[in-house]
Amino acid sequence: MKKLDQKTKIILSVALVVVAILGLSYLDANRSDYSYALSILERSAIYAVVAVAMNLLTGFTGLFSLGQAGFMAIGAYTVAILTIPVESRAAVYYINGIADGLANAYLPLWAALILAGIFAAFMGLLIGYPVLRLKSDYLAIATLGFSEIIRAFIAAPQLDRITNGSYGLKSIPGFPSTFMVFGVSALCILLMVMILRSSYGRAFKAIREDETAAEAMGINLSKHKQMAFVISCFFTGVSGGMLAVYMRSIDSKSFQIGLTFDILLIVVLGGIGSVTGSVFGAFLMTAGREWLRFFDNPLVVGGFSVPLFRSGFRMVIFSLILMAVVLYYRKGLMGTREFSWDGIYNFLRKHLYLRWRKPSGEEVKRDV
Amino acid sequence: MSDTVLNLTDVTMQFGGVIAVNNLSMEVRPGEIVAIIGPNGAGKTTAFNVITGVYAPTNGEVSFHGETIISNHPQGKMTKLYAGEHLGKYDKVIQKTPDRITKMGIARTFQNIRLFKDLTVFENVLIAKHMNMRAGLFSATCMLNHNEEKEMRQQSMELLEILDLADTKDEISSSLPYGKQRRLEIARAMATNPSLLLLDEPAAGMNPQETNDLTAFIHRLKEEFHLTVLMIEHHMNLVMEISDRIYVLDFGKLIATGTPGEIQNNQHVIDAYLGVDEDGH
Repeated sequence: MKKLDQKTKIILSVALVVVAILGLSYLDANRSDYSYALSILERSAIYAVVAVAMNLLTGFTGLFSLGQAGFMAIGAYTVAILTIPVESRAAVYYINGIADGLANAYLPLWAALILAGIFAAFMGLLIGYPVLRLKSDYLAIATLGFSEIIRAFIAAPQLDRITNGSYGLKSIPGFPSTFMVFGVSALCILLMVMILRSSYGRAFKAIREDETAAEAMGINLSKHKQMAFVISCFFTGVSGGMLAVYMRSIDSKSFQIGLTFDILLIVVLGGIGSVTGSVFGAFLMTAGREWLRFFDNPLVVGGFSVPLFRSGFRMVIFSLILMAVVLYYRKGLMGTREFSWDGIYNFLRKHLYLRWRKPSGEEVKRDV
Repeated sequence: MSDTVLNLTDVTMQFGGVIAVNNLSMEVRPGEIVAIIGPNGAGKTTAFNVITGVYAPTNGEVSFHGETIISNHPQGKMTKLYAGEHLGKYDKVIQKTPDRITKMGIARTFQNIRLFKDLTVFENVLIAKHMNMRAGLFSATCMLNHNEEKEMRQQSMELLEILDLADTKDEISSSLPYGKQRRLEIARAMATNPSLLLLDEPAAGMNPQETNDLTAFIHRLKEEFHLTVLMIEHHMNLVMEISDRIYVLDFGKLIATGTPGEIQNNQHVIDAYLGVDEDGH
């Protein structure tokens, strides 16, 4: 394993960020041509935040929770209710009217996103208290149930004047700039990485590895589990809020269990316990679905129409690919490793460099 | 009372109808190495789990440096089922959680090694320093506790150096050879700054050479850190060589206590280990 020196790595990282920003600016400047690609990238960035938040819980703390959709719904509704322009509210709530306190409650987007996180985190605190005593599968079932309860609450006719019940909310203003989506996502992920690298992150990992031993090392299990759960809920709420702004109109059906499973797939595909894996996974999953649209169109080869190629077929292919990934890359794309320049460098060396030039026996030995 | 480090009085642990530890009283004094021995299933590890707060005893009391850390009496269904003694002697219910007990200064190792397998040797030790962190989540995330973090790392490194594990610090803990894994587990326990160290079969699965090393290692620990040690062990050579006093358990009951010399000649102990003939010979 050869290592690059610190300076090269910093230059490479800066270069990567600059390339990403330039690429985005280019897409943004030619929005009319690339709006489809941009919207896929935006959705991926938003999913990346939830995926990392879920990974923080599942991959780093060892708590298997399936409540993501519910917490995203809380975040999404918070942002939607607070950012719909006051003048269009009457039109949105035209059936039942809007609750008096909310009619003029308006917040700028950034404040609404923070509040979305705080609401989701608060809900996580309440739900976490009874639920976190459960272990593994039982925790997953309980959080799944809570997520459905949250969705049912949102759709309940009693809350019509707040959530607009089953009619959903529309006229949510979009992002002022594409860069905000990526900026906020990057900030959220960066914060989670910093948490994981701190002493608290190490405590979370200890709990994942062995609860009994972690407790014997003086780590207060319930406090740290609660902490991980609330942190995860916060960022899930923020990304839910971003999803609402991205979709422009939401209703309770947008936050069904299917959404949670999408996120779970991203986490599994990327590697449980790898932050960069989740980020790659989010982009791959979202983009992959679109690339496979090819299979949805009828295909005619030499006058013969291939029978399977029709609407919905891409999901069959997609599922097959996922099954293959789970079967052959059981640990996902990244396992528990993280992206690193050293890793890339060694990968390239192994697969390219050694093939062009036959190194002397001595050199091979050193590499092994 | 305060001249003892650990004091168990009338501790009974009953699971359903089975009494795993029966009316056990024992004390450990400062600076001693005390061993608990007994045949398999005698309740030794259960006693450890009671002391460290993993199990709540059915009846009895545990105190540490004179402070009661655990006290219980039969409750609920157990009131009818309870088959032990001293019913009604204890009326308080005190049950400190394992992490609180560790913070008070009791550290332990486990019978089947429980390292944080996917983490490095260094991280394993560093995690034990987390419990004394002053910084909250926010300042730790924003790296405002730079000095504290540095101090934690430094202390962990020093400990690894003292315990001869420094050269393996970046290795994944599960990749260490067995003897070193055992030693790392002790190092991790030492990182919590204990005054009492509980070792659960530290020599299990070790060859004679490793066992000899361990004997020296435990002695060194005791001297360097002014420790009191309570251990469960099956290797009689190790036990007889190292311990100041020995408690012998059989079927959850204390059958003998004394110095190694006394225990070796105790008829009850010989019977428990070698069995007794039908007619008592």
